[in-house]
Amino acid sequence: MFSSIKLAVVVFTLISVTSIIGTLIQQQVEPERNIQMLGKIFGASAPAVYKVFSTLGFMDMYRSWWFLSLLFIFAANLVICSIDRLPGIWKLAKEPVKPLDADIFKSLIIRPQVQVKAKLSDARTSVITGLGKIGFKHVLTDETSGQIYAEKGRYSRLGVYVTHLSILFILLGGIEGKFFGFDGYLPLLEGTSASSIEARDGKQIPLGFSVRCDDFDVSFYDNSDTPKSFRSKLVVIDNNREVLKKDIEVNDPLRYKGVVFYQASYFFSQDHVKDAKFILKVYSKADNKSSQVDAGLEKLTEIPGTGLSLKIQDFSPAIGIDDKTGQLMTYANQMNNPAAFIEFFEGNKSIHKQWVLKRFPDTWKTPFGSVELVDIWGVQYTGLQVRKDPGVWLVYLGCLLMAAGLYAAFFMSHRRIWLRLHEEKGSTFVTVAGSTNKNKIQFDQKIDSFIKSLQQ
Amino acid sequence: MDSSQLFGIATIAYILAMVAYIAYLAFRNSAVGTVATTITIAGFVAHTIAFFVRTAEFYEVGQMGIMRAIPLTNLYESLIFFVWCIILGYLIIEFKYKTKSFGAFITPIAGMALAFIDLSGIHKEIHPLVPALQSNWLLAHVTMSFLSYAAFAISFSTALMYLSVTTEDKKSGPYIFWTVTLGVFVSILVAMGIDLLAFKIVATRPEEFIKSYLFRATFRSGSGIIVLLSTIGLGAIIYAAYSYGHLLKKVITSFNISKDMLDDLTYKCIAVGFPVFTLGGLVFGAVWADQAWGRYWSWDPKETWSLITWFVYAFFLHARFLRGWKGQKIAIVAVIGFVSTIFTYLGVNMLLTGLHSYGAQ
Repeated sequence: MFSSIKLAVVVFTLISVTSIIGTLIQQQVEPERNIQMLGKIFGASAPAVYKVFSTLGFMDMYRSWWFLSLLFIFAANLVICSIDRLPGIWKLAKEPVKPLDADIFKSLIIRPQVQVKAKLSDARTSVITGLGKIGFKHVLTDETSGQIYAEKGRYSRLGVYVTHLSILFILLGGIEGKFFGFDGYLPLLEGTSASSIEARDGKQIPLGFSVRCDDFDVSFYDNSDTPKSFRSKLVVIDNNREVLKKDIEVNDPLRYKGVVFYQASYFFSQDHVKDAKFILKVYSKADNKSSQVDAGLEKLTEIPGTGLSLKIQDFSPAIGIDDKTGQLMTYANQMNNPAAFIEFFEGNKSIHKQWVLKRFPDTWKTPFGSVELVDIWGVQYTGLQVRKDPGVWLVYLGCLLMAAGLYAAFFMSHRRIWLRLHEEKGSTFVTVAGSTNKNKIQFDQKIDSFIKSLQQ
Repeated sequence: MDSSQLFGIATIAYILAMVAYIAYLAFRNSAVGTVATTITIAGFVAHTIAFFVRTAEFYEVGQMGIMRAIPLTNLYESLIFFVWCIILGYLIIEFKYKTKSFGAFITPIAGMALAFIDLSGIHKEIHPLVPALQSNWLLAHVTMSFLSYAAFAISFSTALMYLSVTTEDKKSGPYIFWTVTLGVFVSILVAMGIDLLAFKIVATRPEEFIKSYLFRATFRSGSGIIVLLSTIGLGAIIYAAYSYGHLLKKVITSFNISKDMLDDLTYKCIAVGFPVFTLGGLVFGAVWADQAWGRYWSWDPKETWSLITWFVYAFFLHARFLRGWKGQKIAIVAVIGFVSTIFTYLGVNMLLTGLHSYGAQ
């Protein structure tokens, strides 16, 4: 029953149709969103319809038992169909080319009686070199029938099976990952660490080690809010020792003990501004020296060697000017354009205050020298996607096999060629028989160029 | 010379080539045929150089290395690349099949498409890449996906042509099928054209165009009257395709295109498109997703629809090889395959809510 092609078509169709439903219904979201969507089609009865779909597992259908069963039947069908047809093809792929019986030779003739102006022995040599030029490297001669014959790409006949096999590898890899792996999300505030992550279902998964985020940073393309890159400085701590340090960014994750940490997102936390470290780099006009100052919100901090001190009075993660009122405003809740309002003191007397913007050096100038806002540390979360997938190598192997299989199946062909030569009045006449399982036009062109090379 | 001047040269060359191809069909003079081919190749060369110049411009702006300077990140660029793929496909067909009959069909489409892209005022600025797209897989994944889309597009047109030359009876299923499909397809193209003219698209990514602008000037317009008019227009185009479909048969036969050649071409294009799509679209896409997001497959609508498209073409190949399907049946499967392809490209982003909006975090 599994070997029938009808079953294959039915399973293909079922997977496709249910998948389409799965793309219409949003997967793993709050019920309200799908009820709202269903409401557009079913009106007032949407909640009831939702209940039916939900009971059938459509709200998380790609993990439902029946969808996985469909995939399983698909795999079983693929295996059995392939096994059914394999012996025949295997025989073809195993069996080397042989000289042909006279009548079969006759039926496969593609170029009869091509005249070559050379003696038989010379013609034979040029036939062999000519065949080499069109890709037939091992040319054999049969003494009894006088046939010269060769073949090429015999194993390409297995390409289809390699492709089928590769699908099974990928499915197996998927199963292994599902049962022996995990994935989840980890928001990590700068300066903090965690030893477990949150799975999709909200459960905490212990990692067996901990990971700390030392710093998080976004850089932007000039004068725009398009992020150029964002990166987290991560440290892995195992058995109380720092064992691995890496800066990760999108497309460049950190791996440790089979667990991979991907840079997925980031967000700014207003709640942590009061404890944040405002890192300033001050170039003092007085002595031409620069020094780093770690300031805090509403905390008076000395600037070394100047006798002055400063205080951060206000902070905006994304400062801008309101087009209508001309007032300063915060235009985003990410740190797209961070700015600190700094007040300078001599003793207890306020002498100057101004906004300093991280991304705009023009704003760093003060009456006392330049004050650069280097970083506001401890206010950003890095969003890490965390995964352990022991089956991923099988998937990659499947991908490689699929590439090889498809190449063999579509771009290679099994070509065989047989030739008979006879001499007549100082000329040699060559009769060519041949067959190919694919791409007859290209084969024909090769034969044409072969004949040309003989007649030169 | 900058890239847009070179694209201009390609546009003019394709339109001149069209004239030459028609002259060739009329006079059957081989010298005229050679001229037509030469002009097309010249246009194609200019088009290719333009593509490289654009890459160099992108390289300057992006500063991310050559593997990430692939000019395929906005709508303008992707449309131009699509036209390039179609001409490439045509030239291969011309040389492999030694026929110039399709030239008179393809070159005007290419020339008009390029001219239209230029005239519509669509934004041509180069936009630097957002972090998610900064990967060496971008080049392989995007170019190969587009190449396969182009191959499927050609198989779609040959399959439709096949159906048009083999159907007589206006009441037969296949006739209704191909004329209605053609009508819908033409309507989509017209509607997209109106969008381009109406909005001078500023979207930085094709995905963004689809989501925010596609059909906004027609079917998805805020005004009820425009929606109504658009729907009437759709109906009218479908009706016209149905009523005058038989004329296409005359045109095709007068261009000396045989139905066997059409059948063979449909198959050949899919035989090229399928492995390229599997590898570039699905496999490379999965590998990239694995490296960027930690999931090689997440049943996101785009992925799911790619898989459905893949199933349809896999079915096409198996039906042909194992069951020996030929002719109308297989042509219909090829048409369905391309409908699924188009939905994967346009419909998913427009109608369905997914994880991505590729690239947006």
